[in-house]
Parts: sequence; C-alpha cells; structure tokens
Amino acid sequence: MAWLELLSDYTFQNVVIGASLLGLISGPLGCFAVLRRQSLLGDAISHAALPGICLSFIITGSRDIGGIMIGSLITGSAAALIMLMLTRLSRLKTDAALGACLSIFFAVGIVLLTYIQGTNNASQGGLEAFLFGQAAATLRSDLWVMGSITLVTLLVLAAFWKQAKLVTFDAQYARTLGMPTTAIEASLTAMVALAVVVGLQMVGVILMAAMIVAPAAAARQWSRHLGGMLAIAAGVGIVSGVSGATISTLSRGLATGPLIVLTATAIVLISLALAPGRGLLWGVIKHYRQKAELQKQQLLYALYKHATVPKRTPSTLGSRRMLNKLKQQGYITRTQSSAHAGTDCWGLTAQGQEEARKVVAAFEVLAS
Amino acid sequence: MATSDYTDTALSIKNLTVSYHNQPVLWDIDLDIPAGVMAGIVGPNGAGKSTLIKSLLGLVPSLSGEVMVHGRPYATQRKRVGYVPQRSSVDWDFPTTALDVVTMGLYGRLGWFKRPGRKERNEALEALEMVGMSTLAERQISQLSGGQQQRVFLARALVQQADIYFLDEPMAGVDATTERAIIDILRRLRDAGKTLIVVHHDLQTVRTYFDWLLLLNVRVIASGKAEEVFKIDYLRQAYGGQIALLNDNESLMFAASKVK
Repeated sequence: MAWLELLSDYTFQNVVIGASLLGLISGPLGCFAVLRRQSLLGDAISHAALPGICLSFIITGSRDIGGIMIGSLITGSAAALIMLMLTRLSRLKTDAALGACLSIFFAVGIVLLTYIQGTNNASQGGLEAFLFGQAAATLRSDLWVMGSITLVTLLVLAAFWKQAKLVTFDAQYARTLGMPTTAIEASLTAMVALAVVVGLQMVGVILMAAMIVAPAAAARQWSRHLGGMLAIAAGVGIVSGVSGATISTLSRGLATGPLIVLTATAIVLISLALAPGRGLLWGVIKHYRQKAELQKQQLLYALYKHATVPKRTPSTLGSRRMLNKLKQQGYITRTQSSAHAGTDCWGLTAQGQEEARKVVAAFEVLAS
Repeated sequence: MATSDYTDTALSIKNLTVSYHNQPVLWDIDLDIPAGVMAGIVGPNGAGKSTLIKSLLGLVPSLSGEVMVHGRPYATQRKRVGYVPQRSSVDWDFPTTALDVVTMGLYGRLGWFKRPGRKERNEALEALEMVGMSTLAERQISQLSGGQQQRVFLARALVQQADIYFLDEPMAGVDATTERAIIDILRRLRDAGKTLIVVHHDLQTVRTYFDWLLLLNVRVIASGKAEEVFKIDYLRQAYGGQIALLNDNESLMFAASKVK
C-alpha cells in the first residue's frame, strides 16, 4: 500500500526518472573518462560548473534550468579545455593542471554565489542548492531537458563508436589511420561536461565526479568488452540513482544526491571484492587453490619417486590435512611398514599411481 | 646487388628537423629508402629513432621537412602506410579481445560510419593466423604475454595491407621465439615487395636482420646498404664514447652477426 502511494507520488516519480537519466548518461561517458585516465576531469568540470550557474543567474535573473545548463556547460568545458591546454603546452603535469583549474573555477563560483546572495534578489533563493543538488525540486520540464541531452549524447556516441573506442585505446595509431583524434578527444570531454550538466539538479557540482567514476569503475570489474562495460555502467548508474532516490524518500529528509553517490560507492566496493576474475576475493581463492594443487602434486611426486623409502606421518597441520584429503579422494592409503613397526606410512593406490605419473610427466616437461 | 636495382623510392625525407623544449632531437634529416627492403634504424639511446618514425607519421610536430611516400606527400598516402607502435604505448588493461584490436586496423578503410562485419572479422582472423595467434583470438588482451601483445600489434598492421610498414622496436622485451617469428613474418612481407622500416636496438643482430641501414644520432650518420653502413668507423661516430665497449668486442660482434 505504502509502495503504491510512493510510486504515484509526483515528486518521487520526478526524482526517480531524473536519477535514472543521470545514471544512463554518466555511466557510459564515465567509462571513456576512466579508460582515458581522465577520471578527475569530471571533477574539474563539475566544480567549474558553479561559476557558469552563477553567471547565468546574473545575466538572465532567473533559475531557469535551460540557462543554468548552458552556463555550466560553457564554464565546465572552458575549464576542461584550459586544463588540457596547460598539460599540452606547458610543463605542468595533469594532476597539477587539474588541481589548479578545479580550485580556481570553484573559487570564482563561490565568490559569485556570495555576491548574488548579497544583492538580496528574491529569486536567488536556493542557488546554493546546486552545490549538493536538490532532487526534490526537479520539475517535469527539467526532465525533458535532461532526457533530450541524454538521448542525443548516447546517439552521437553510438554513431562514432569505432572512433571513440580506437582513440581511447590507442590515439596515436588512430591518427595514423587519418582520424581527427583531437576533435574526437575534445568531443568525448565535452560529452562528460554534458553528463555533469544533467547531474547538477540531482547530485550537485561537488559530488558529481563520483557519478562519473563509480559506475565505470564497478563495470570494469564485470566486463570483457567495451560495449558490455558501457551497458553495465549505465545499469549501475540507474540502479544507484533509483535506490538512492528511494532511500531518501522513505527516510524523509536525508539528502538524495549523497545517498545516490553512497549507493554507487557500495556497488563499487562489492564489485572490487567479488567480481569473477578481477575481484579481490577471487584472487585470494585462486591463490589458495593453486597452493593446495601444488602441495598435492608435490606429495604425489614424492610418494611416486621415493616409493621404497617409508614415509613417516608429516608433522605440520597443513600437510596432514592434505594427506587426509588425498586419502579421501582415493589416491593414497595408509599402510603399516614391517621394517618400521608402529609408524604410519603412506602409499599410492592404483589410482594414485596413475595420477602421480601425470604429475611427474608434467614436472619433467617444465624442467626440460 | 647493385644500387641501380632499387628503382622505386618508398620513403623520401627532406630537411626534417624536430626539437623538444629547444633541444634538437632530429637535425636536418635527408633520407631516401628504396622500396622492397627491410631497413633498420639504429643508434644510441636518445638518438631520435622513435621520434623519427613518429614525426614522419605526424604524431610529433616537426619544425621543418617534407615526407614523401612513393613519390607523394604522406598525408595523401596514409592507406599505404602501416604502423606498429611500441607495445608500452597503450594500456593493455583495456576491456577488449585480441581479435578486436586487430580489427581496429581496418577502421581507416571502413570510413566514418560503417561497422566491421563478417568480412572484416575474417580478415582479422587471417592476420592473427599469420602471426600464429589464431587460438588466442577471443583472449582478453590483458591476459596476453608481452610477446603475444607484440604479435597482436603486428597483426593489426598486417590487416591494413599497406606497402610501407613502420615498426617501433618490435623486438623489445619479447622472447627469442617471438623475435624469430616476427622476423620471419617481416621477411615474408619484404619478399612480397613491401618496405619495412624497423627501429632496432640490438647491434648483435643488425647485420642478420636488415639489408638496409640508417645509423642515426640526431643527424644521419650514414645510410645505405647494410654492408656499406655497418662499419666500425660509422658506428664509432654514431655511438660516440660508448664505442669503447664495442671496440673491445669488435671481432666477437662481427662474428655473432654472421650467425644465420
């Protein structure tokens, strides 16, 4: 009953659709940013959106979403371009150029924000909401704008899929094939700025970088192809958007944007730990499996090569456990040696002999 | 073989100069490489070997110079040029397969919007077969060994079916088997009339591998047929102080390079 009520709630619908759109655009574009090692570029762009928001308000005098998006797109892209130019033309490294751009643009934004607050304009109420987002204030008309941007961006990406992929993997080679790599790279960066613009209302300028990086980082763990990575990243973005919005609505009063980011982070942590092949847990399991396999092979090898020498029961816990395991599997059997009465000895069964021969053959191939 | 046998000039460079932060990296390079040879670019570290290839391909800005490929400006001849970059130039953790990387070699031919289809897939598989990697076509590139990655890059250039191939240290950090395999493929290409221009760092194998040589140290020290260029005087000029080491082992070095 409560769920039905929630689903028909106008504000909740808006927030959920907005969060899904954000996930849909920030996930795929975040993949390119992460693979191009420009994860933090999203951070610089989103912080640099603040002066654009303020300038647009000063010029138009209203909080209209269209103007604010255009303003933030301009300053965000400007910051990205300046940053890329600094790294290309000066001796500044990427991290330094990025840090400089991010903080300077953000500082200008804060100065403009306080200037606007000082002018006592009645309609300025809530401009600072763009710092952390204000999902509940999302209007249907905002959603149409966000949706169009998302659709167009994804269509462009699909049309130039080959170019985007090759430039991301090997830009220099792409250039020898005659591709305009600079233009493609600039477009990919501009599209990240578009994703940031879509997220302004939902999560705000400060936390937006997480929506660029987190879905992509989680998706990389689960995918073997670029296309799959993009699809999974979009899925992760949507799931975290929707669950963040739901938790926020159910809990009454907890901020939506940060909750979306926290959900995305939780998915990243789970992915880093559990993803098959690349996850940490997988690595640990593989290590112990290999260790056990090697121990088994060494034991079989020893029993096979030195069959005539009586084997006393080994003293370490690990090897005793391995011997028992091999016994259970039917490879070895415990025998009483007549020469050494009273001591336990181990011998290979017929099945064990066969397995040991394989192991010995494999070892000899390795040694040769 | 007389010089007059080389009828066609595959690559012609005039007055190429490249500088990086006011430091000349390449100075006034004039060079002609005939078609159908396997040419080695040899010189000490920092001599500008890789930079030469990159500036020819327009990947590094040059201060002056013009590059002609088979008598026409390079910009109009891109389709006839294949490039095998250094293996370390890309991030091999990129989520894709060996086959997909090889297919990328066909992107130039496909034009702006056409997607690779069955035909392209078969061509890429053929190229992988040539480098002995057909069983690993669907393998993630992050799981390939260094030598296998190098072969994937070579296959990607092969699908381009170019006339001139530039290879940047293809033998760096690969095992002896892979080096052997790469050299065999390159020789087959040369025998089919292609021109191969290879940055190489191992003087021991220079005489065995290449029939044409460029000795480089910022300037062109010597260029021409391998037996005419691979002389101790030229080597001393190219390697400067480091030649002392070469000099002591001179006899050894020449003996080793004769091993076929």
